[in-house]
Amino acid sequence: MTSPHPIATIVGTLIVALSIASLLIWVERRLLAVWQDRCGPNRVGPFGLLQVVADMIKIFTKEDWIPPFADKPVFVLAPAIIIVTVLMSFAVLPIATGIIVADLNIGLLFFLAMSSLGVYSIVLAGWSSDNKYSLLGGLRAAAQMITYEVFMGLSLIGVVVLAGSFDLVRIVEAQRNVWFVIPQFLGFVLFLIAGIAETRRLPFDLPEAESELVAGYHSEYSGMKFGMFFVGEYLGVTLISALIAVLFFGGWMGPWLPPIVWFFIKVIFFICFFILLRASLPRPRFDQLMSWGWKLMLPLALANILVTGAVVLAFR
Amino acid sequence: MLSVLRTMWDVFLHAFRPKVTVQYPEQKAYLAPRYRGRIILARDPDGGERCVGCYLCAAACPVDCISLQASEDEHGRRYPEFFRINFSRCIFCGFCEDACPTYAIQLIPDVEMSEYHRPNLVYEKEHLLIDGPGKYPGYNYWKVCGAEIGGKGKGEAENEAPATDLRSLLP
Repeated sequence: MTSPHPIATIVGTLIVALSIASLLIWVERRLLAVWQDRCGPNRVGPFGLLQVVADMIKIFTKEDWIPPFADKPVFVLAPAIIIVTVLMSFAVLPIATGIIVADLNIGLLFFLAMSSLGVYSIVLAGWSSDNKYSLLGGLRAAAQMITYEVFMGLSLIGVVVLAGSFDLVRIVEAQRNVWFVIPQFLGFVLFLIAGIAETRRLPFDLPEAESELVAGYHSEYSGMKFGMFFVGEYLGVTLISALIAVLFFGGWMGPWLPPIVWFFIKVIFFICFFILLRASLPRPRFDQLMSWGWKLMLPLALANILVTGAVVLAFR
Repeated sequence: MLSVLRTMWDVFLHAFRPKVTVQYPEQKAYLAPRYRGRIILARDPDGGERCVGCYLCAAACPVDCISLQASEDEHGRRYPEFFRINFSRCIFCGFCEDACPTYAIQLIPDVEMSEYHRPNLVYEKEHLLIDGPGKYPGYNYWKVCGAEIGGKGKGEAENEAPATDLRSLLP
């Protein structure tokens, strides 16, 4: 398969990522409704699909208000950071053979670095709002994301050991015979949990926890600045789903159908899984979350590296 | 941990359950026959107004949304000169229906009475009166009550014994 023009790849990835993220507004509400015996938004357009447009129009025309007590430059900058960091991560995502914006040989590290940078967005948003609830949300986000960042990276070492590369394209190609979810099942579970925590999705949405912290770090945000956090979260969900597909489920590999279709089937499956998590699980207490991360997940991730390394060494 | 997975599976299975939502404007929700909705004024089987203007409904109304003025026609039948219900105040408690001695005021299973202008929620007698007897088909107050009206003297009502002649000494 010939690879498309780089500009076409960049624009295409950007448009597809952003349209999936905005479509998720509708998909999430609709799927939640399905699992709660409701109908969900089904009035605007066919199947309620234009609900996305309606929401966008609403959010664009809302008053874009900056609280007088806020730290203005940081307040404005914070929502941009999350979008930028998540979109940067999409650059190293191999969608199909040859369809990748930047085929970095350290793609995986780049993704980890970018998702760590995303924490700044949340922390700065919470800090600059100068609001107790926002600050608490920001604090929680910082603690939670550092905790889960640690074993997110460690859980991927098994994959890297098996593939022998940090390059996402080579990781996918190393799965030609068997998907890494089979030899690295523990790694997959750990990465999934870390990914949920990393995108601050339920059940790990403690930074916003609307029943405790109003809306957490984005309590003071309105209009499109709030929309940026909103879209950033959905972009994050898409990114983590895509990475799960790439790292553990063979990326674009699959029989009969064209590679790009396989990739999107896998991504959509994991997006739906994320929404199912939201529909079914309650939010843990914050200290439970932290002790889980440090006392259970981290040792498990380390054990996973140890066993994987030993097995690879033994069979080489 | 296993319970988490089971919860997720159970929630997933809800995808195959029937929806509980009633798609309202196209699909109407079932309202029981005794549902307390819009208030109407019923008529006798012979077409006369049942309301006798006794004010009991207005007195029973906890939000004072009923106002009326009793009057009397040439036959001595009492009737309301005007009868006004302010539905923007009404709480649909049904106390008026309970208080009514003649089954005139009734609450029916209809809730579709939204308006764009609040004054339109004030219903006058012509809006409230219906053509039929409502929930109590056979009942005709003036035929069974002992009161004397034009065309019906004392003791001539249905199931009523002739009036006692107070001036007679006979038992």
